[in-house]
Amino acid sequence: MNWRKWLLISIVVGYMGMLIIAPLGAIVFGAFREGVPAMIEALQHPHVLRSFGLTIIICLVVVAIHGIFGTLVAWVLVRHQFVGKALINRLLDLPFAMSPVIVGFTLIVLFGRNGVLKPLTEAMGWQIAFALPGMILATLFVTLPFMIRELMPVLEAFGRKQEEAAATLGASGWQTFRLVTFPALRWAFLYGLGLTCARALGEFGAVLVISGGIQGRTETATVYIFRALDDRQYAGAYSAALLLGAISLVLVLVIDVFHRRSQKSIEHRT
Amino acid sequence: MTTQTIERTTPRLPWGRWSIRGAALTYLAVFLLLPLIVVVVDGLGAGVESIISIISSPIARHAIWLTIWTGIVMALINAVMGLLTAFVLVRYEFPGKTLLNAVVDLPFAIPTLVTGVMLVILYGPQAAIGGWLDQQFGWKVIFAPSGIILALLFTSFPFVVRSVQPVLINLDRSSEEAAATLGAPAWQIFWRVTLPALLPALVSGTLLSFARAIGEFGAIVVVAGNIPLRSQTAAIYVYGEIESGSQRDASAMSLVMLAIALGTMTLVDWLSRRRQEVNP
Repeated sequence: MNWRKWLLISIVVGYMGMLIIAPLGAIVFGAFREGVPAMIEALQHPHVLRSFGLTIIICLVVVAIHGIFGTLVAWVLVRHQFVGKALINRLLDLPFAMSPVIVGFTLIVLFGRNGVLKPLTEAMGWQIAFALPGMILATLFVTLPFMIRELMPVLEAFGRKQEEAAATLGASGWQTFRLVTFPALRWAFLYGLGLTCARALGEFGAVLVISGGIQGRTETATVYIFRALDDRQYAGAYSAALLLGAISLVLVLVIDVFHRRSQKSIEHRT
Repeated sequence: MTTQTIERTTPRLPWGRWSIRGAALTYLAVFLLLPLIVVVVDGLGAGVESIISIISSPIARHAIWLTIWTGIVMALINAVMGLLTAFVLVRYEFPGKTLLNAVVDLPFAIPTLVTGVMLVILYGPQAAIGGWLDQQFGWKVIFAPSGIILALLFTSFPFVVRSVQPVLINLDRSSEEAAATLGAPAWQIFWRVTLPALLPALVSGTLLSFARAIGEFGAIVVVAGNIPLRSQTAAIYVYGEIESGSQRDASAMSLVMLAIALGTMTLVDWLSRRRQEVNP
């Protein structure tokens, strides 16, 4: 019995070590091989700074939009009754099956050089493709389900009793939401925002296609890494990849705290 | 006071409800359905014959086949190793278990492009391991199908583990104990009693990882490069065709990818519904 236990544990540890830990070690090693000064110098390149800045801007805008509309959707899907609700619920996993490259391609078809909506956007003076708005749209598409999927179970667990009580006491719909519903949602809300942000930071395929990857202008962190690798600027590529990986990892570790609190609040209520 | 609020809120409520519902559904329609509609309309716009002629070119056929077979190999390895990992994490106590459990989620936390960069550093021809594998066994990982499978294994590792784990935790052990009392060997108990109970979760986790693999781009594009007829997957093909301005080709391939991924997801959905009908 005992030998079997340790055999299976060592197979799993060995597999995960080779598959996950070794590559992680390799990137730390790869980035530090050129020395810390070279790394710092590579990271201070204007293109690197600009690309990380752009990634953060996109991330903030996407988090704000999904934060508001995702909450709205979760609310409608849990609290409202209407025809087609079950179908919508099943369609929510659609972005999961959609390759980021296809999302980028969709935006090219709509807003690209011969885009279907190009006459409209041109008349309005908007630049969507190969510019920031297109990159934000691309990221919005790939990060859609996170917020909704996090909020729905909490809204379901948090019954309508308190909301009805508040309404009976004369609270308006908005007051009820702000003072009664939202406090119950807040950990799930923060976790959903964090997940959306983590996914937005790492988005690559969709943004690469729609941004056109114009050096120093429409490059996000991932697009920069891809280009630097192609140009054999290994110091820049590895350092930026290590930094981006580290940021994502820390973010996911931090929001795990929110996740646990949210789970606890669901257990507490059911 | 109660009558007053009812008077005040009743006429306002339906209007507020409808505008909230309208806003939510519009937002969903745009972000959920738009890519699907655009790809289908744009793809079918050229006619079915044109699509068939595009995807039956040698390069496109190779890309589709490569995507499918690397996805299947990944899914099979993932099923076995994911099941084993979930089993070890649930049934055994050992030092470092919490840490190991946390490492399972790492692939979801790391941007897929960064995953690709990591694999290139580790297995590239100049790297220690990559060079050694190439010299000793003539085994190339980077710019080859093995690299694609490795990248897919990394990005989809959590799927099977995380779908089997909760089922295993909640599994009633009385049947296993009964089998043990009757003298069945451990291997037989696992094969005859435990595995059948885990099978639905195992199958759906495996199929999900396959559906996800069809569209994977970030991790693969760095590892596989863009070599037609050798290491070009469907997603990389689409990217290449967009870059060179051949929207027709990109569109036809997108349709094929969507059909495979959506078909797999529908299968998962159907299996889970049927299961619920059989034992609610």
